[in-house]
Amino acid sequence: MSHPTEPQGFVGWLLSPERRGALLVAPAIFVLFVMNIFPLMWSFGLSFFNYRANRLTVPSFRGLYYYERVLTDPVVWERFQTTAIIVGSSVLLQLIVGFLLALLFERAFPGRRILLMLVLTPMMLSFVAVGVFFKLFYEPTFGLLSQFVSVFTGEPYAILATPTSALIGIVVADAWMWSPFVMLLVLAGLVSVPKYLYEAAEIDRASWWRRFRTITFPYIKSLLLLAVLFRTIETFKLFDIVYLITEGGPGSSTETIAVYVYRLAFQFFRTSQASALAYILLFVVIVLTNLYLYGVQRRSQEL
Amino acid sequence: MLRRRQIGKAGWGWSLFAGVISLIYFFPVLWIILTAFKTRADTLATPPKLFFTPTLDNFVSVFSRTMVGGQEAIDTGFGLFFFNSIFIAGTSVLLALIIGTLAAYGFSRYPLRGNDTYLFIILTTRMLPPIVVIIPIFLMFRITGLSGTYFGIILLYTAFNLPFSIWMIKSFFDELNREVEDAARMDGSSERRVFFRISLPQVTAGLAATAVFALILTWNEFLFALLLTGTETRTVPVAMGRTIGGEIGVDYGLLGAIVSLFLIPVFVVTFALQNQLLRGVTFGTIRK
Repeated sequence: MSHPTEPQGFVGWLLSPERRGALLVAPAIFVLFVMNIFPLMWSFGLSFFNYRANRLTVPSFRGLYYYERVLTDPVVWERFQTTAIIVGSSVLLQLIVGFLLALLFERAFPGRRILLMLVLTPMMLSFVAVGVFFKLFYEPTFGLLSQFVSVFTGEPYAILATPTSALIGIVVADAWMWSPFVMLLVLAGLVSVPKYLYEAAEIDRASWWRRFRTITFPYIKSLLLLAVLFRTIETFKLFDIVYLITEGGPGSSTETIAVYVYRLAFQFFRTSQASALAYILLFVVIVLTNLYLYGVQRRSQEL
Repeated sequence: MLRRRQIGKAGWGWSLFAGVISLIYFFPVLWIILTAFKTRADTLATPPKLFFTPTLDNFVSVFSRTMVGGQEAIDTGFGLFFFNSIFIAGTSVLLALIIGTLAAYGFSRYPLRGNDTYLFIILTTRMLPPIVVIIPIFLMFRITGLSGTYFGIILLYTAFNLPFSIWMIKSFFDELNREVEDAARMDGSSERRVFFRISLPQVTAGLAATAVFALILTWNEFLFALLLTGTETRTVPVAMGRTIGGEIGVDYGLLGAIVSLFLIPVFVVTFALQNQLLRGVTFGTIRK
């Protein structure tokens, strides 16, 4: 048996077993550094200067001025509230709808594969398509919703005209698009439950609720928690749908924090202020995620 | 004798029930597809028309149509944009899978000092609204000449897919039984052989699921494509966005046709990988 010749010099040093982990993750770290972390640090730097993307003047150092402006801006707090309402209700709705859909597809039945595909399609649409067509559905004269409601009331219905109903409109569009994602996660949990557990429960004549609580739920719990984490992070960034359906209106009642950052950066060209706000936003998300992960870990230790 | 009931099996009754629910859920998509076959007058008819004489005009105009003020129908370039979308999304998903699998295997099997910190930093890069990093990325692309090149946008999308891919694939590696790997090492298998012959084949379902999610996100990305692709590298979502800004209002039939055509590739891929999707989606959270 002949050993392959060990590489010498630099290559040998690089390929030695103790550097194997570092070597394997190096390409990923490199790509992420160039395309994510470096731009992140750059815009972090910008938030301390008075930089405007539409001017060529040399930016001057302003320290924490923009952070102060953002934190004392009452508009920011309003946008945070709007975002919190949308995130809370949309994620809740996605969980309920996703869970019910998963129950529907848990069993094997003829035509399951194709019907499952139909339910998954909203997730595959682009935001532009969902935004533009939901705006059409919500439109008071031609829109399907208005037409449907007017069958009963005799009057056209403009869902986007009042703040509360416009919020509902946004939440429905977003939840419709992403409930299939939650469904996939829950469904994966449901189909992974070993069949013999159900058979044992059958013999014990356990009630439906008891069976759900003691067998099904433990299997889907961690996946549900993961779904909440992913969907909360993504919904927190909700931009395209809001921008296309309501542009933040009526007034500013549906303007999310992401839409506000966009306006600051690309309509008012307050680049630095937008960067500062985005960093505060990142900080909020990191803190929330850590609290959440901490809570999840404590829960799982208690059990 | 115990009454035996088949658990997890249902008949045609359940099919009918699930069919009705699925169709209701699918209805908005169905409406978009129907719109693609309507004339301009029919798209905005009151009351909305569920039955109408279908036309293929919209599908023809996706690829060539008469521009405002023009005489002859000209090529809209959508053939190229479709190619761009497939090429850019395909390559970047593949790259993210390769680089992500290596990194995930590294994080899972050869933990570095501060392993969890690295993983958390990787996750945080997904948390920032894209609008924040777009200004420096835009400037960076302009300075380096990456703007409007395939290379630039593919590298960017690869970076976007990496955090999710690493987290997902790592969970699959974590789930594997390491005793088999160790046994192979005892038998004299090289590390490379252990990876390619033992670990990797066991996570293929997970890789397929990761690929589907990464593909769906990349396929529909709009904001970065809008700012960083040129006329030669433009993707379909950007071209789609440009059709809604017309002076005669949104041409819903045309848009419906683009959306329908654009849905076909992801639909086919997802359908082909459907079984893997269900098995692979668990992120390793289910303990065996």
